[in-house]
Amino acid sequence: MNEAFIISILVITIRAGASLLYASFGAIITERSGIQNLGVEGIMIVSAAVSFAAAFHSGSAWLGVGAAILTGILLGLIHAVLTITLRAEQVVSGLAMTIFGSGLASFMGQRLGPGNTTMVGLQGPSFERIPIPLLVEIPYIGPSLFNQDILIYILYLIIPTLWFYFYKTRQGLELRAVGENPQAVDAMGINVTRLRFIYTIIGAVFMSLAGAHLSLGYLQGWADNITGGRGWIAIALVIFSTWNPLRAVLGAILFGGINAIQFRMQAAGTTLPSSFLNMLPYIATILVLIFITWTEKFRKRLGTPTALGIPFVREEKR
Amino acid sequence: MKIQLIKKTDQKSVISLIIPFVSFLLALLFNAILLIIFGIDPLEAYTVMLKGSLGSSYALSETLVKAIPLMLTGLGVSIAFHMHFWNIGAEGQLAMGGIAAAFVALFLQDTIPPNLLLPAMVIFGGIAGAIWGLIPAALKSTLGVNEILTTLMMNYIAILSVEYLYLGPWRDPQGYGFPGTAKFPESAWLPSLTGRIHYGLIFALVGAVILWLILRFTKLGYEIRLIGENPKAARYSGINIGRNIVIVMLFSGGLAGIAGMAEVSGISRRLYTGLTVGYGYTAIIVAWLANLNPWGVLVVSFLMGALLIGGDQLQVAMQTPAAVAEILQGAILFFMLGGSIFNRYKLKILSGQQNTKAEVEHE
Repeated sequence: MNEAFIISILVITIRAGASLLYASFGAIITERSGIQNLGVEGIMIVSAAVSFAAAFHSGSAWLGVGAAILTGILLGLIHAVLTITLRAEQVVSGLAMTIFGSGLASFMGQRLGPGNTTMVGLQGPSFERIPIPLLVEIPYIGPSLFNQDILIYILYLIIPTLWFYFYKTRQGLELRAVGENPQAVDAMGINVTRLRFIYTIIGAVFMSLAGAHLSLGYLQGWADNITGGRGWIAIALVIFSTWNPLRAVLGAILFGGINAIQFRMQAAGTTLPSSFLNMLPYIATILVLIFITWTEKFRKRLGTPTALGIPFVREEKR
Repeated sequence: MKIQLIKKTDQKSVISLIIPFVSFLLALLFNAILLIIFGIDPLEAYTVMLKGSLGSSYALSETLVKAIPLMLTGLGVSIAFHMHFWNIGAEGQLAMGGIAAAFVALFLQDTIPPNLLLPAMVIFGGIAGAIWGLIPAALKSTLGVNEILTTLMMNYIAILSVEYLYLGPWRDPQGYGFPGTAKFPESAWLPSLTGRIHYGLIFALVGAVILWLILRFTKLGYEIRLIGENPKAARYSGINIGRNIVIVMLFSGGLAGIAGMAEVSGISRRLYTGLTVGYGYTAIIVAWLANLNPWGVLVVSFLMGALLIGGDQLQVAMQTPAAVAEILQGAILFFMLGGSIFNRYKLKILSGQQNTKAEVEHE
């Protein structure tokens, strides 16, 4: 175990963890408002395709991010209209998003290359790693935390901001309240429907950024099924986090680490078949879910927003 | 003017039959716009899809071949959805059924008499699928572990297990590098009804009858429906929800496992990568479009089979990605979901003067 080896593991941990964290933040924001969006995987994969295509054809990775944000707004809006306005079954709407999204992404992957060809194997503009002067000198931590791409640095800023917003601002209080007790929020004269719309869309934008980071930052390219269940792992992270953004960071590091170990073992040429190595994140997700559900059972509840998944219906006063 | 939603008290109405059709048409329209954006002529594309899936006896038979696994997994998923147990794991349960059936065909062919080989494959396949469904069911009913995530994660594990087996220990040594197991002995081939249509169709029909009987006439069926409609009331009336989850998932996983058995035994006659092509996910759409009704599942499976075959034809004839079929499926579900509001609520348009006080929603 030399220094270079440990650092290489830490670097992949952060890079793999970053897109998971973007996606979990998106799901946490959405679920805190009382709306469940199981379409994370679908939104992520469409955004990964759109952002890569936009970056490739425009020559600018930032335009790729812009395209991903627009995608997030649009897909978030679809989920919001279906689940909030039309009060559709939230679980099924999320599943529909994932099925629709993986179809659309696969379609775009085969069409959006130069001259209607495939995008697989293309090299486009991407976010390169930028070392931060001085900080990068810190042993171990420097080269792993402070030699990353700009989307990861932005994520570092989002972590405390989100925590502050959730727990220290009036808007954050309203967000948490609307997922716990929408009737009370409504009685305070706040528009529940409007809040849920806003946060469902913001949440979807975060999921889109997760997709953009996959194709522009972490994996730097397009491949069919590029997300490989990361959207679902992000949803598991939400349960792990008990809807607390800081605990989600912990979970993202854990799962990023599992990814890194899997990656390293493959590179080192282990005798373990690759199929088993690839199972690691999924088995770990199940084990973590069992563990967290079991330990939290002794507490009162998981921290699930009380009104999660329940459409808000305003009772008229008699 | 104001629009108000009023909850319906009567559940059955003509509208619940119209919604799927309108949703289908709207999805076609939506997808047409998408195709135009990507520079593809939608009329030409739809013609190719229609001809390729329903336009000849060969096309019809291929559609039916695709419909068989959809029927079996769709039936399995729908019974779980009845009680709002979100089994997203039909794909993995199907894969495990395929593995178990392949194990019997490849390694027990000398131990089991030839005429009992197929029944053994059905039983092993069904049990393997049921066990794969039992794990998330048990985790849910004992600890409350989220079943959506466990069933989904177990899909990946099952698919990778199939991959491990046909690339590793079960790989055909005489396969010239072909990634798959050796071909099964002929006694392990599911007989054909006509052409490529195999006995899996009979399994699906029998499955539908059994499910319908259970839902309609048994105490279990009554409890399943009650749990789905009102879990609180079910619990108060002394129904053991955990036990029902386990029983339902044994059925659900078992049906998917038999679908996997029928695929390897009736179509590929070996275990290879083509086993897990997403039937388990399409099953979710099938179940929902069919309103969770067993007969509906049979009909919708056929239509979804046509869509999948149509997509394949599109790829062959127009070099247009087959994923169009998947996009269409997702879009249909979106419109179905949007339309389902008319199923549950009546829209009432009120003029400004009218007093809204009387129009209280009944929850």
